[in-house]
Amino acid sequence: MHELPRQELTKGEGLKAVIVVFPGSNCDTDCFHVLRDVLKIPVEFVWHKQGKLPQCDLVVLPGGFSYGDYLRTGAIARFSPVMQDVKRHAEAGRLVLGICNGFQILLEAGLLPGAMLRNRSLSFICKPVWLRVENNQTPFTRKFQSGAILQIPIAHGEGNYFCDNDTLKGLEDSQSIVFRYSAQTGELGDEFNPNGSLGHIAGITNAKRNILGMMPHPERASESLLALTDGRALWESLV
Amino acid sequence: MTMTQNPPAITPKLIALHGITPEEYQMIIKKIGREPNLTELGMFSVMWSEHCSYKNSKPILKLFPTSGAGVLVKAGEENAGIVDIGDGLAVCFKIESHNHPSAIEPFQGAATGVGGILRDIFTMGARPIFLMNSLRFGKLDSPQTQRLVRGVVAGISHYGNCMGIPTVGGEVYFDECYEGNPLVNAMAVGLVTKDSIVKGKASGAGNPVYYVGPGTGRDGLGGAAFASRDLSEESHEDRPAVQVGDPFMEKLLMEACLELCQTDALVGMQDMGAAGLTCATSETAARAAMGIEIDLAKVPQRETGMTSYEIMLSESQERMLIIVKKGKEKIVEDIFEKWDLHAARIGEVKEGTTMRVFENGKLASEIPAKALVDEGPVNVREEKQPAYLELEQKLDLAGIPEPQDFNAVLLKLLAHPSIASKAWIWEQYDHMVRTDTVFYPGHDAALVRIKGTTKGLAASTDCNSLYCYLDPYEGGKIAVAEAVRNVISTGARPLGMTNCLNFGNPMKPEVFWTFHQAVNGMSDACRAFGIPVTGGNVSFYNENPQGAIYPTPTVGIVGLIEDIETRVPSAFQNQGDLIFLLGATRNEIGASHYLSVIHGRKQGLPPRLDLEREAALGRLILGLAGKKVLSSCHDLSEGGLAVTLAECAIRSPAKLGAVVDQLDMVMQSALGPQAQTGTEGKLRADALYFGESQSRCVVTVKPEHKEVLVHEAQKWGLPVFQIGKAGGKDLVLGERIQLAVADLSRLYEKVLPDSLNGGV
Repeated sequence: MHELPRQELTKGEGLKAVIVVFPGSNCDTDCFHVLRDVLKIPVEFVWHKQGKLPQCDLVVLPGGFSYGDYLRTGAIARFSPVMQDVKRHAEAGRLVLGICNGFQILLEAGLLPGAMLRNRSLSFICKPVWLRVENNQTPFTRKFQSGAILQIPIAHGEGNYFCDNDTLKGLEDSQSIVFRYSAQTGELGDEFNPNGSLGHIAGITNAKRNILGMMPHPERASESLLALTDGRALWESLV
Repeated sequence: MTMTQNPPAITPKLIALHGITPEEYQMIIKKIGREPNLTELGMFSVMWSEHCSYKNSKPILKLFPTSGAGVLVKAGEENAGIVDIGDGLAVCFKIESHNHPSAIEPFQGAATGVGGILRDIFTMGARPIFLMNSLRFGKLDSPQTQRLVRGVVAGISHYGNCMGIPTVGGEVYFDECYEGNPLVNAMAVGLVTKDSIVKGKASGAGNPVYYVGPGTGRDGLGGAAFASRDLSEESHEDRPAVQVGDPFMEKLLMEACLELCQTDALVGMQDMGAAGLTCATSETAARAAMGIEIDLAKVPQRETGMTSYEIMLSESQERMLIIVKKGKEKIVEDIFEKWDLHAARIGEVKEGTTMRVFENGKLASEIPAKALVDEGPVNVREEKQPAYLELEQKLDLAGIPEPQDFNAVLLKLLAHPSIASKAWIWEQYDHMVRTDTVFYPGHDAALVRIKGTTKGLAASTDCNSLYCYLDPYEGGKIAVAEAVRNVISTGARPLGMTNCLNFGNPMKPEVFWTFHQAVNGMSDACRAFGIPVTGGNVSFYNENPQGAIYPTPTVGIVGLIEDIETRVPSAFQNQGDLIFLLGATRNEIGASHYLSVIHGRKQGLPPRLDLEREAALGRLILGLAGKKVLSSCHDLSEGGLAVTLAECAIRSPAKLGAVVDQLDMVMQSALGPQAQTGTEGKLRADALYFGESQSRCVVTVKPEHKEVLVHEAQKWGLPVFQIGKAGGKDLVLGERIQLAVADLSRLYEKVLPDSLNGGV
């Protein structure tokens, strides 16, 4: 069926995931499909007005245009009632994954440092890009080889990561940069950076390594039918 | 009867300003038994406009075959047609124009075009699963065109991306005939379970009528706005005729409506697009043969002092009318509250067949619903074959010198913006969201899977308008045949056709003749292929000061692939695969891209299309795809064999070249009379390389599949030629062309960015 049920949490051992649905989220069902149908991970949706998260190990903040992103990407979603509990969940050391708009929400909520600017081209970009795995010592990347080169799509208008010099140095010193845009060979350079991100940053984590924000969409690169499969190891790392 | 307003008398001038003829005005008086008031005049003017009533095109549109196996909702019955795809599922699709708004304000014009076509789909209870669009602009080197392209693409990107519905394909052409009058045709495809199809019917007396979505404003009063300005002292400022789109609002509206479709509270649903509240209320009532009453005081409004005329004619975006089962109001109100949307009860379904509009309890309008919807004027327009035709169709091939350097010709064709890569455009569209897109834009047809099944849906839009200009009947046939061929090339069986008929002013007998001819050609093709027409849209008055656009009957075909594992890509896949040309090649360079780009002549007869042969080619390809014999399949169109082979190489994942050195048999086989040449029996080299003979495909197979391919082709009586082998880094074509694929690719990719980057 094309309509995915809005509620499904199977009892059992292992990772349990929830996907937060904001008004305007549109990669929520994509993440649901990958977790439930491809990885067989128990997963359920949580409506943003819900004050409390169900018991779970992983919270996914999916891509989309929360509240239309008319103000600033993610700027309103961070005030959604559910975000208080997402913060508590993160402070307790449990996993939070923000993809695309979810990453932007994590930045606005202060769960990760930095901000997003409009793409260097000033237009929306949707295409597969090359990424270099900078840190495979995180719960999200432990199934990747160190320095592995991945092909995963981006789809955003505001993915141009920016932060001040001290923050950048902090991210680098603490090895918190998890993915950088690169060439297929792994080489770094402006011509391989699709959106102008500072330091070619595509994804970062916190010091505790339980929060990951990334602009590329691993849920779009997890099935052979869709030609791209490099994102799958990210989900497998979590199991 | 008590009226709320005593507006200025209905003068002949006011009637004419509403686009209503004196004869039509007499019809109105007869329908309602008295003179209309201003609100009623406005309602008749929009409902009897060409856009809503098809008064000029209706007699011609009857030519289309509309029934067929699996058609669940026929053309004209509802907002969009629906076709069965098995396993309890059905597909709902439609294409619609937003040409004039896009010419005035490209960003909002294109954005609201996408918004409108999406509402047509989810109003049927179907979840939109992908978008496509057919865009036509003037010459790319004009700054005006560049501004329009940037605006239209950004508008489509803005709306579709935010809605989370992938834009997976379409077509983009550049020709001076579209200078100042671009075409923006948007197509949407949705999926619905057969048992949850929603109709736009106001049935059941006593059932409440709800208005959902944002408040009504004075926007979109369009050409009728002049009258409203005379009417209300508060509406003195000019309003844009182009509406402003809010995709976030529509996303919420879509989710709420689709959630409502899963309940038992819904009776009917209709979006408020063209003619707004007037159209939604009268059509739902007329379809159900019921009466309806609404009170405008209850309609959410975002401006003060709006008159009944303005509220009934407003085209504010993202609004829906919902008919609810009496007693289930709470279910509806709860769902819309969850999505932070208003749901206002504005009226009720009534016994009888009259539509009544009240304003604060006073009657503002009283009209039989059917008079507005079904009983409008039908005009039989005068037709006359245009004088240019005979002149332009004449082409003496002897006067067309064959070029010396075929490499240069191929490079020039690939660098033409109508052929060059459109990645600059489709990379601005989210074409992957929903994680169903199997073939990205740039294939012959888009292909998406249907999760939870083995099925996939393929879709293509097509129209060669130069063919339609030079021979509208043959051009109409070919538009259908090419779109069908594109869909079949992926391995999908065509299910149905939607169309967007873009023409000039129908009052000109020459324009109307081409319209009639093109529809004739399209209808004949649909009958020959057994494809029902499930709906579409007519857009007349596409003219600029230089005259009408080329006749552009854009065709959208949706096809079904039962097992997605039998899909066929369009580019070379494996080193060493054998390359075959299916179909016959003739001296057909009339109306070709080659003739236009290289020789600067838009002349000659377009290629002839044999419908039976085309149908046989389709059956052959589908049979081979089902047997998993084909590595790739790409149909031949603009630029002929050379451009097709170049595309197969450029688009191949490994940028595989080819050596095509067995063209002799194609040359020798090309016998037969050619009406337009004096050179029967001898195929010109430029016709072989760049001609556009129809019903042809380039396919590749692994060597072990050669016998099956040849055997099957002969079984269907189709010419089949082994012409070469895929592999290497160069494209080698006979003795005339040898170019590195990397160079072809660089050129192909840079044309649009070079013109469109910078100067934003």
